[in-house]
Amino acid sequence: MKNVLMGFLMVLSLVSFNSRAEIEIVITEGRDDARPIAIVPFAFESDSLVVAPPFDFAKIIADDLARSGKFKPTAISDLPQRPATVDQVDLSVWKQLSVDAVVYGMVREKSPGTYQVSYDLIDPFNDKAIFDSDIEQGSYPLIPQSQHLMLLKDKIIGENNFRWNAHVAADEIYEALTGERGAFATQIAYVEVDRSKANPYQLFVADSDGYGAQRIFSSRRPIMSPAWSPDGNQLAYVSFENGRSEIILQDLAQAQRNTLASYKGFNSAPAWSPDGSKMAMVLSKDGNPEIYVMDLATRNLKRLTRHYAIDTEPSWHPNGQSLVFTSDRGGRPQIYQVSLSNGDVKRVTFEGRYNAGAEFAPDGNSIVMVHQSNGNFHLATQDLANGNINILTKTNLDESLSIAPNGSMIIYSTVNGRQKVLSSISMDGRFGTPIPSTTGEVKAPAWSPFLM
Amino acid sequence: MKHLIKLITLALFALVISACSTTKPSESIDEPVVETGPTAEELERQRAAEEARRRAEAEAARIQALLDSNVVYFGYDQDVLDSEYTEMLQLHADRMVKENRSVTLEGHADERGTPEYNLALGERRAKAVAQLLRTFGVSDSQIEVVSFGEESPAMAGHDEASWAKNRRVELNYK
Repeated sequence: MKNVLMGFLMVLSLVSFNSRAEIEIVITEGRDDARPIAIVPFAFESDSLVVAPPFDFAKIIADDLARSGKFKPTAISDLPQRPATVDQVDLSVWKQLSVDAVVYGMVREKSPGTYQVSYDLIDPFNDKAIFDSDIEQGSYPLIPQSQHLMLLKDKIIGENNFRWNAHVAADEIYEALTGERGAFATQIAYVEVDRSKANPYQLFVADSDGYGAQRIFSSRRPIMSPAWSPDGNQLAYVSFENGRSEIILQDLAQAQRNTLASYKGFNSAPAWSPDGSKMAMVLSKDGNPEIYVMDLATRNLKRLTRHYAIDTEPSWHPNGQSLVFTSDRGGRPQIYQVSLSNGDVKRVTFEGRYNAGAEFAPDGNSIVMVHQSNGNFHLATQDLANGNINILTKTNLDESLSIAPNGSMIIYSTVNGRQKVLSSISMDGRFGTPIPSTTGEVKAPAWSPFLM
Repeated sequence: MKHLIKLITLALFALVISACSTTKPSESIDEPVVETGPTAEELERQRAAEEARRRAEAEAARIQALLDSNVVYFGYDQDVLDSEYTEMLQLHADRMVKENRSVTLEGHADERGTPEYNLALGERRAKAVAQLLRTFGVSDSQIEVVSFGEESPAMAGHDEASWAKNRRVELNYK
């Protein structure tokens, strides 16, 4: 019981519309430095016969915050009171519970399918909290409890964006409490392989908690390496639908597809530049795999590497000036960095026999990569200033990592027993969440950018 | 005297033998030699012919088996062809040249390491096979190289037994 609090068990069983794909997000471990927070079930009011909102708004917030590893929501049975508005808050009982913050609120059905959702975040210990918030004067009652407000929200939402707005609320709460932008109102693209289907290879996009999976493409042949456009409107991915690897662009709203790269040899590893104007990719058209950058407006190609070894897996520095990539030019796969302006290449990793699939953290100060140690493949971070490596995962056969846009979590593919599954780990490696799938194997996750 | 008798006996003996031998051709017509079976020499020849036929059949079967097999396996993170596949690939090359056939070489990797690196590794393996086929006289236009990386495993397991079967190049006639 040193660092891990067991028994912090939450199971979300998610049934998607539009497909049979189901992903279960199971949290089996908490950590004892997670901050205690109380999230009170929201009250519900309706003039019609409807007795409950479409989803449990407060539970979605609680699950999101728990999944970040940074918060530990109080069990509902341990809540000392259930306020719905600030005037109902009894500060003393929350101080006694010793939670850092309390979330409460209510949902009113305005008309069928339209809801007014109001919710607050208070700090029971800080009676000057409201002065640090951007809550407008006059929007709250002049009572002592109001001095403790950190957030005061009131929104009209629809049935079809009800869950999404709960993720937005979780983001607001996360940011108010950590100073870091939340990444719950984001999505994950991933590939699922279900060999019992006529089209076993399927590309899905789901919310960051695995809910609402929508199939956006399926094929008889493999699909690899989905990559989000920086505006979140398009996916690039590798498809073998024509018998060999090609890079496809797909618009998510219109579902339009077009082929971006179909050169002789293989076409793979698409990576959007941070400004969305270029696509880095790997083509073997000139004899062996090299990194190219395509201007998306003109489709002109610029070759970045020139070496008989394997060069692959480009990932952009957030400033768009350089890329890291994997190369075995030194005999074993290692990470190198290439400057976009002058093509200079320098080696980045030196520790370990196998380092590959690197991605820059959003601040550009470190990379996360697949690192082989003791014969196992784990995720590791490398600090780019001092070169220090920190092995994050205890799982094995880890690959296809993707970092949340706020840099807090990493989602990746791993093998859990006999099954290929997704898992997530906090950037410091201290909090992990396995994401078991109930159908087939799940791999190649890609975390979306911020979507609003 | 003793000597003389000996000489006469020998002479007589020789006469009898020569008489026998001179009469033999006429006798052979009456006596059915065939019925008595082949001589040891002939038997040996037959056995040898039989043996050669069996050996030729076995060799033909072995070659057919090599032509029927179309998968080359590789070591972990390796793209070097094991010499045990040289004859098989030479036979395929001979057939491709003689019958002007084309093939697709499908390169695959096991799941260890990253998918994109494995896609490159699969291509490297297929190209190693293509290179050997070319040295056996196959032209470039008869060979198509495709890599599937780790995306299309032959066996679904996550152990060395499965991995060994997944690190492969499949030669498929078009």
